[in-house]
Amino acid sequence: MAKFRKDGGKKLPAISTSSLPDIIFMLLFFFMTTTSMKEVTLMVDQKMPEATELQKLEKKSLVKYVYIGTPKKEQQKAYGQESRIQLDDQFANNPNEVEKYIATKRAAMKEEDQPFMIVSLKVDKDTKMGIVTDVKQALRNAYALKINYTAMQRANNY
Amino acid sequence: MAKKKREVQEINASSMADISFLLLIFFLVTTSMATDKGLSRKLPAPVPEDQKTEKEVEINKRNIMMVLINSSDLLMVNGDVMPINKLKEKAKEFIANPSNSGSLPAKVAEEIPFMGTMMITKDHVISLQNDRGTSYQAYINVQNELVAAYNELREELSRQKFGSAYSELDEDRQKAIQQVYPQRISEAEPKNYGQQNQGGAQ
Repeated sequence: MAKFRKDGGKKLPAISTSSLPDIIFMLLFFFMTTTSMKEVTLMVDQKMPEATELQKLEKKSLVKYVYIGTPKKEQQKAYGQESRIQLDDQFANNPNEVEKYIATKRAAMKEEDQPFMIVSLKVDKDTKMGIVTDVKQALRNAYALKINYTAMQRANNY
Repeated sequence: MAKKKREVQEINASSMADISFLLLIFFLVTTSMATDKGLSRKLPAPVPEDQKTEKEVEINKRNIMMVLINSSDLLMVNGDVMPINKLKEKAKEFIANPSNSGSLPAKVAEEIPFMGTMMITKDHVISLQNDRGTSYQAYINVQNELVAAYNELREELSRQKFGSAYSELDEDRQKAIQQVYPQRISEAEPKNYGQQNQGGAQ
């Protein structure tokens, strides 16, 4: 036994950790890309309206989104140029579909979180109020009463 | 003399992992922090089916401020056309009624925590009505001005009573201020004025 040890007097070479940063960088890039990918792919053009009295929307898990705007160029052949409602990755054909959408979203939430659900309306600033009003009525009927009109900060005031 | 071959010393890269971990954590935190901003509102509960008849609650005329936006984004407040930049002042005057005017909302004495008895325009209502043809930006502008009016009044009261900004007050004091200036913006049941006018032969 002793003989063996004498022979292998050389120390074990340390495992090279030089590739560890690369691995972690890879992780970093993975997270960087996925966090921005989490939102749905927008099929409508959106320019947010501007406002000054904004509040932050915290707790993303409580927020459900409804998008309204004119379909993007690629979609215009199939869906026309009228403003449309996008729920998740699909266009809604009818404002009443919002009701069903909210119901399924609410059912998927934790029960204790359900009363705190906030619906964020991401609406293009050139949209006519008619479609927005229809959606608001649908939200009322679905008892999704807490809403948030997404807007961008405007620097100057009137 | 046996010359030992000297290897070039490697740079110690073990801390590189820590640095990139730090970066990773930084990005994780910042990406989740980039929340959306917007105007928070609360919708009224739906009207039950059996009550859908036109039964409007009688509100004294002095307690109501009618804000109408038409399909070309023009604003009318209590029957007068008004540019949007005057709306905030008008709303502030309406909500607070500082001159105790008879044409502005009636004031009621109420006990408020921290402040004692205050005169409050308790029953005031800002009624907002828009047309189906109104643009969303115009609607948001009006909402924004009305919220700004409330926020400014609350800020002023907070500075006057507690000597600090409203956002820095504790929850109880904020609640007390909200009691003095309760946000009462009501949105009328939607009507389709624009199209009615087009359809009607006038």
